[in-house]
Amino acid sequence: MDNLLSIVTFIPAIAALILALFLRGEDEAAKRNAKWVALLATSITFLVSLFILSDFDASDTGFQMVEERSWLMGLTYKMGVDGISVLFVMLTTFMMPLTIAASWSVNTRVKEYMIAFLLLETLMLGVFMALDLVLFYLFFEAGLIPMFLIIGIWGGANRIYASFKFFLYTFFGSVLMLVAMVAMFADAGTTDIPTLMNHSFGHENFNILGVQVVGGLQTLLFLAFFASFAVKMPMWPVHTWLPDAHVQAPTAGSVVLAAILLKMGGYGFLRFSLPMFPVGADVLTPMVLWMSAIAIVYTSLVAMVQEDMKKLIAYSSVAHMGFVTMGIFAANQQGVDGAIFQMISHGFISGALFLCVGVIYDRMHTREIDAYGGLVNRMPAYALIFMFFTMANVGLPGTSGFVGEFLTLVGIFKVNTWVAAVATSGVILSAAYALWLYRRVVLGDLIKESLKTISDMTNREKAIFAPLVAMTLLLGVYPSLVTDIIGPSVKAFVLNYETALHDAGRAATTMAQSH
Amino acid sequence: MQADLNIILPEILIAVYAMLALVFAVYTGKDKLAGTLTYVTAAVFLVIAAFIGLNDGGAQSAFGGMFQDDAFARFAKVTILLSAAVVLVMGMGFLERRNMMKFEYPILIALSVVGMMFMVSAGDLMALYMGLELQSLALYVIAAMRRDSVRSTEAGLKYFVLGALSSGLLLYGSSLVYGYAGTTLFTGIIAAAGEGLAPVGLLFGLVFVIAGLAFKVSAVPFHMWTPDVYEGSPTPVTAFFATAPKVAAMALFARVLHDAFGGVSADWSQVLAVLSVLSMFLGAIAAIGQTNIKRLMAYSSIAHMGYAMIGLAAGTALGVEAMLTYMAIYVTMNIGTFAFILSMERDGQPVTDISSLNLYSKVEPGKALALLILMFSLAGVPPMLGFFAKLGVWRAGVEAGLFWLVVASAVASAIGAFYYLRIVYYMYFGEETEQGLDEVRAPVLWVLLVGSAAIMLVGVVNLFGVDSAAATAALALVN
Repeated sequence: MDNLLSIVTFIPAIAALILALFLRGEDEAAKRNAKWVALLATSITFLVSLFILSDFDASDTGFQMVEERSWLMGLTYKMGVDGISVLFVMLTTFMMPLTIAASWSVNTRVKEYMIAFLLLETLMLGVFMALDLVLFYLFFEAGLIPMFLIIGIWGGANRIYASFKFFLYTFFGSVLMLVAMVAMFADAGTTDIPTLMNHSFGHENFNILGVQVVGGLQTLLFLAFFASFAVKMPMWPVHTWLPDAHVQAPTAGSVVLAAILLKMGGYGFLRFSLPMFPVGADVLTPMVLWMSAIAIVYTSLVAMVQEDMKKLIAYSSVAHMGFVTMGIFAANQQGVDGAIFQMISHGFISGALFLCVGVIYDRMHTREIDAYGGLVNRMPAYALIFMFFTMANVGLPGTSGFVGEFLTLVGIFKVNTWVAAVATSGVILSAAYALWLYRRVVLGDLIKESLKTISDMTNREKAIFAPLVAMTLLLGVYPSLVTDIIGPSVKAFVLNYETALHDAGRAATTMAQSH
Repeated sequence: MQADLNIILPEILIAVYAMLALVFAVYTGKDKLAGTLTYVTAAVFLVIAAFIGLNDGGAQSAFGGMFQDDAFARFAKVTILLSAAVVLVMGMGFLERRNMMKFEYPILIALSVVGMMFMVSAGDLMALYMGLELQSLALYVIAAMRRDSVRSTEAGLKYFVLGALSSGLLLYGSSLVYGYAGTTLFTGIIAAAGEGLAPVGLLFGLVFVIAGLAFKVSAVPFHMWTPDVYEGSPTPVTAFFATAPKVAAMALFARVLHDAFGGVSADWSQVLAVLSVLSMFLGAIAAIGQTNIKRLMAYSSIAHMGYAMIGLAAGTALGVEAMLTYMAIYVTMNIGTFAFILSMERDGQPVTDISSLNLYSKVEPGKALALLILMFSLAGVPPMLGFFAKLGVWRAGVEAGLFWLVVASAVASAIGAFYYLRIVYYMYFGEETEQGLDEVRAPVLWVLLVGSAAIMLVGVVNLFGVDSAAATAALALVN
């Protein structure tokens, strides 16, 4: 199949179109059909995407399964995957059926809900496969529309504020990136990503309004991309949209947001910022590292005082993304390996945690931590699963959370010991808030009157968690599954970065410390 | 002479048609014929558009260079004619239901279209002024078409007074240009202006001409009339104002700047850049507080003119191409949006308050979805075509070195996204209330709304040759 990637990308969109055109009515049967169509489409997408994984040759560090055709305005439609992106594609196709299955209790505007999620899947997959700047931007930005609607229509009480904040924050970051893309187009004369990765943008210092810009054009381009990816990631201090969006979004929306959408920022750093603007990245690495370290500690502390479970997990996501940016900007094999690993594993773990919150939210319709306590007495299966993912979130060895954190910390230790020291304290803090949350919600006596009748997880819910538990454990005890696929590409990535810096005469800062 | 007349045949045909129709209608059924006349006029527009579009005779000029017929003029004329035809048919249902069908309406539109066609082909300051005035006078009248409504009359009067002022500015500028260049022909002016170093008086004239034209495209700070006129005029007339005249004025702008002052582009580029940045920001910020959808669209059009002007400020062929593509996409989006506004009714009365859209997605999901697509497209969010329009002008801006302008416009577009989102918010996120819009059965409006939304999506796959036509047109103007 020559166009496997396009097929995978557009199966959900076609299913959405079918739903939109042919499904009529608001009765129970129509709702059920919408759910089944969506579940079927996402499952088929996942199954077909397995072909991508089986066709993928890990030892080849270039782009594979490339499709290219001409498009309007002299642009090209170009798709392809490499070792860095292929696992994000798999993460997306893996998570979406679970997300749909977790939405079985949705009862209002079911058809539109499923259409929104299916379109979102197409757009997310497109982001990870696009090999043309404009095509990437198109997928990247268009994803805002369904997410805006998901939060705004099916969200909680304060959903309007959250949806607008989400949209405008990310839109603002992205338009700056678009300007930078236009500038790159003007400079390099192409929007082809592989070509741009080999194009050397200017890095001679110049002055703007009397201020010297070290790294020149590259620094400016880097900053413009940074504006977009840092918001998406999200990094401290532009993370404030995330807790609002998470709290107001429906459970499935939170899962997609945490498991996949946040990864676009990290993916963007790996695909654009470091390979295309190595000098700019190098100039600003100290800033990014310290921002990450602050994010880890600060948001962990903030997480500790949250009263809303979703908000707590949202802040914990920000902290975990701090490890990711730290690993990426350590720019060595362990760091980048760890960052990608952490993103994949965080996809499973944070997704599962939001699902855990969803399970009890569906029963009690509150996310207040104080409204719970002693759930273990009536929900033993739930208590077990929640504990498993709490531990994974903390980074217990044996779960995938540990591998990612450990690798990024090793990576950063080689580059900057101080940042590593600060970040490591975040690991302790994360244990503090996560365990405390678990204790308050699950352990203790069941004294609240309202909880006396709560029921344990249904088979459907257990079935949703089973694959997540399996993946978290599997990657925890056998991390080579991931590192074998990403390893060669990451090695080439690191090598290219160091060569580019060396050519630009900036080898001093990072490399000296890493040897 | 024969050859000259051949070149302006399309204009002659429409003008003759308009006068014959006028005489015929006066002596026969008068307003009873209005419906038929509307259809016939639209058909004439379509035929002429096809005639112009299919004729690619290269560049020729008539009357000693006063009238230019080239690919650029043809692109603009086809856009003008098509959008005018669509808007004519689109407004009919609205006017009929309110007993406002006057037979003069299609005729006046036809006359203003003739004016626009002369504008985009102008090769001389006099020809420019004549075209502009023919267009404007017809528009002043139809703005005040609803004689028994104070707002409509007020709109017409405001438009007339401010329009006269701007014509005065334009004429004053033209006289200065004539004084220093010794001719009103564009070919003469460009020779007199030379390359890079024009006489100061000529530049003075240039600035006044730009001010006069900026009024017509409603660029800030010459935009004051726009919201009031948009709000006061009957909605079909507003729809017309927002489409064809804007294309004509932008094309005329490009024509004057490149044909007459192409040698001193550095001098006008900065003026255009300032107009552009002011328009974008005012359009984005002032629209936030609007609750009337017509006023909101007025500010939206101001902002969009700002974006299109980036292409002009670039001063290159790529810039003109981007501007033309922008205008074509902009007109398509606006036709769809106004088709929706025309169908906004409650208890048979037109409403323009955006809060009446509350939960519209439950009343008519299809139309709500189409409007959602148009709103995101107007905001410039991919994958809709509105995004590609912006991408085009930004590319032209960056390649011309106007980096600050492009960054400013990016900021403005993020601010402007807010009010488009607000319409989506009303349609989709609202609370249950009693007051909703009626379900209006208007197949024409439905087709236009859904069609324009579909173009916004399908256009991403294929622009149906609009992009290459715009490129040819731009090369005909700038070389």
